[in-house]
Amino acid sequence: MGIQAPPADWFKAPSGTERAWIGLALLWCIVLTLAMPYWHFKGKQNSTGEAYAVEPAKFGARVQSFVASNKVDEKGGIPVVEPAPGGDAYVQAQMWTWYPILKLRKGQTYRLHLSAMDIQHGFSLLPINMNFQVLPGYDHVLTITPTMTGEFPIICNEFCGIGHHQMTGKIIVTE
Amino acid sequence: MAEPEQKHPLQKLLDNPWALLALGVLLPIISYTVWGLVELQNLKPALLP
Amino acid sequence: MTTMDPTVEGALGDKPTDETEPKGNHAPGMSRVCETTGFTVDLTAQKFIQLNAVAAVVCLLIGGIAALLVALTRWPAVHLLPAEWYYRMVTLHGLSMLILWIIFFEIAVLYFAGTVLLKSRLASGTVAWVSFLMMVVGGGMVAAMVLTGKADVMFTSYAPLRAHHLYYLGVILFAVGTLIGVINFFATIYIAKRDKTYKGSVPLVVFGAITAAIIAVATLLHGAAIFVPTWLWSIGVIPNMDAAVYRLVFWGLGHPSQQINVAAMVSVWYLLSAITVGGKVLNQAVSRTAFLFYILFINLASAHHLLVDPGVSAGWKIWNTSYAMYLAVLASMIHGYTVPASVEVALRRQGHNKGLFGWLGAAPWRNPGFSGFFLSLLIFGFIGGITGVTLGTEQINIIAHNTLRIPGHFHSTVVGGTTLAFMALTYYVVPLIFRREYPLRAVCRLQPYVFALGIVLVSFGMSFAGSYGVSRRHWDIEFTGATHSAGYDPSVHVWLALVGVGGIIAFTGLLMYVLTTVMAVFFGKKVEGKMLAW
Repeated sequence: MGIQAPPADWFKAPSGTERAWIGLALLWCIVLTLAMPYWHFKGKQNSTGEAYAVEPAKFGARVQSFVASNKVDEKGGIPVVEPAPGGDAYVQAQMWTWYPILKLRKGQTYRLHLSAMDIQHGFSLLPINMNFQVLPGYDHVLTITPTMTGEFPIICNEFCGIGHHQMTGKIIVTE
Repeated sequence: MAEPEQKHPLQKLLDNPWALLALGVLLPIISYTVWGLVELQNLKPALLP
Repeated sequence: MTTMDPTVEGALGDKPTDETEPKGNHAPGMSRVCETTGFTVDLTAQKFIQLNAVAAVVCLLIGGIAALLVALTRWPAVHLLPAEWYYRMVTLHGLSMLILWIIFFEIAVLYFAGTVLLKSRLASGTVAWVSFLMMVVGGGMVAAMVLTGKADVMFTSYAPLRAHHLYYLGVILFAVGTLIGVINFFATIYIAKRDKTYKGSVPLVVFGAITAAIIAVATLLHGAAIFVPTWLWSIGVIPNMDAAVYRLVFWGLGHPSQQINVAAMVSVWYLLSAITVGGKVLNQAVSRTAFLFYILFINLASAHHLLVDPGVSAGWKIWNTSYAMYLAVLASMIHGYTVPASVEVALRRQGHNKGLFGWLGAAPWRNPGFSGFFLSLLIFGFIGGITGVTLGTEQINIIAHNTLRIPGHFHSTVVGGTTLAFMALTYYVVPLIFRREYPLRAVCRLQPYVFALGIVLVSFGMSFAGSYGVSRRHWDIEFTGATHSAGYDPSVHVWLALVGVGGIIAFTGLLMYVLTTVMAVFFGKKVEGKMLAW
């Protein structure tokens, strides 16, 4: 048994149903192993993990210039900003708000830059539910194409202090 | 009964906790930690177009 | 008149009589022979198994109270704690359970495996004291910092979120104490071989313990690598702590620490199969090779915490999360077959041969050592393993990261799996190591079922709520007072209520375990290592 020293000739190949099971399990693991890189290239929802190093102050300044040149409205005191289709959009996470609000066109592709001004935050877009980590010092770039119109809340799902559960944002998508 | 000199190499490894310790520490450090740190170190600076 | 539990005595089978019995290396008067199993127990090891087990159960109770408070807060209709205390209790719960309870218990398991199963003395009692005291002081510091509001940072303490520097020092102290205990275990393995206290290869359960100890070393080295610089940052010596570097190295500690649990749990499964039903190992080479895959590959899967992170490449993510991990998944699938197979073979040999599953019905379900073990196997294997492998893919992780699906997964592995297996083992530790009789035996018999039911409900509730996007570590699903409104599908109220109800049931099961164990250890009748029938 498992609690006793094994007999001297314990090193034996498996046989019978045990061998069959190991074979099946190994086959399944190979399938899974191939599926992962395959789906990375073939699947429609993938992040390439595009990212750059950035100082929070520099990112913050870029957000401000993005807001200044593309602002179209304001909601709840937060600017609504419309990036050029096919262009770059900038959103910063800060205790405890997502800034600014983006106004996007359905079917257009954008490069969304996410970074944090202070500590770690979690970008969580509802209700689809897409989640990405947002770190200070890192420009996290997502290539996104909205496929539905509507107003989509952004919440924070990385604990960031006492205001964490009030940290929200928004992305608006029109035709 | 298998004699000690004819031990299969896999059995020799399984019977050697020190070799297992070395492998079990080195493999994740290299594959996960060092590789990851090298990638973080080599990140390009943001262009912010 | 007390009836003896026939399974333990009969379960050990016949020792080979054609070989000379190896001699132990104990100092005179420092060992005893177990009246039930015939194993030689080193008295020093016994003392430290007891100390670490008691510390473990105390931490389990603290973590359990925190769990109940957290579950009753996430249940929207109850919403018990105010925000600040909710976040504080989530931190305390994570630390008490993932670190304190489980590691204290694992040190006890290591000391048991290295001594009792090898007929060896513990390498050093002094080292064991140093280890234990460091762990107690470190754990105490960590708990004190959290309870006084100086470390509202979650179990992960992600920089640049910063705690009081004594928090990090407490963690370092606990980790170093653990490492010293692990070294004591390796030293014991060394002297057992040197003193020829056993012949040939170590028993499989010891091999599994060695696996756990190796993973522990990899864990603790990463722990030092991240917590020492973070401590220095918290006292202003280092100016910055990079968020991505922190996450990478932290999870080199955080995930492997849970893999210690997997290896220890699987070892405990083989141990309990042997002593509850006399289960034999189907194929030693297969089981050991499966443990080898754990040693080599299981820690690479730490990458699954970083699947939606900036900084590390897709190639790094895919390699570490997949190829190598699937070999570790293969190992789990192997143990998931061989362990229940050993139970089936043993029960069929006892004559329970009716149909396909007659053996399962005839299994000793009244024995909490068996029921806890087998339930742990089912919960870990089916719920834990499947949710884990699913979540650990790039695409599903986008949907699931930082939602309640994540805790839904790991409550089925760490709690329904490892914790339940450790609870089951306790039903043998108390009579055989503490040598006390359990009172309230009906409560003991029911305990694993109650706890298992509660945890499964918690896990399901979390997983379903999380599939709607409900965030983990989050105080208010209505987002009251936020600038922009947000919310979830109304059905999440039902799933979160299930978390609350399941939490109450699981806490009841935990309390049943703690109370019967405490009553037995401190007030139970002394029984000189005899096991009563359940």
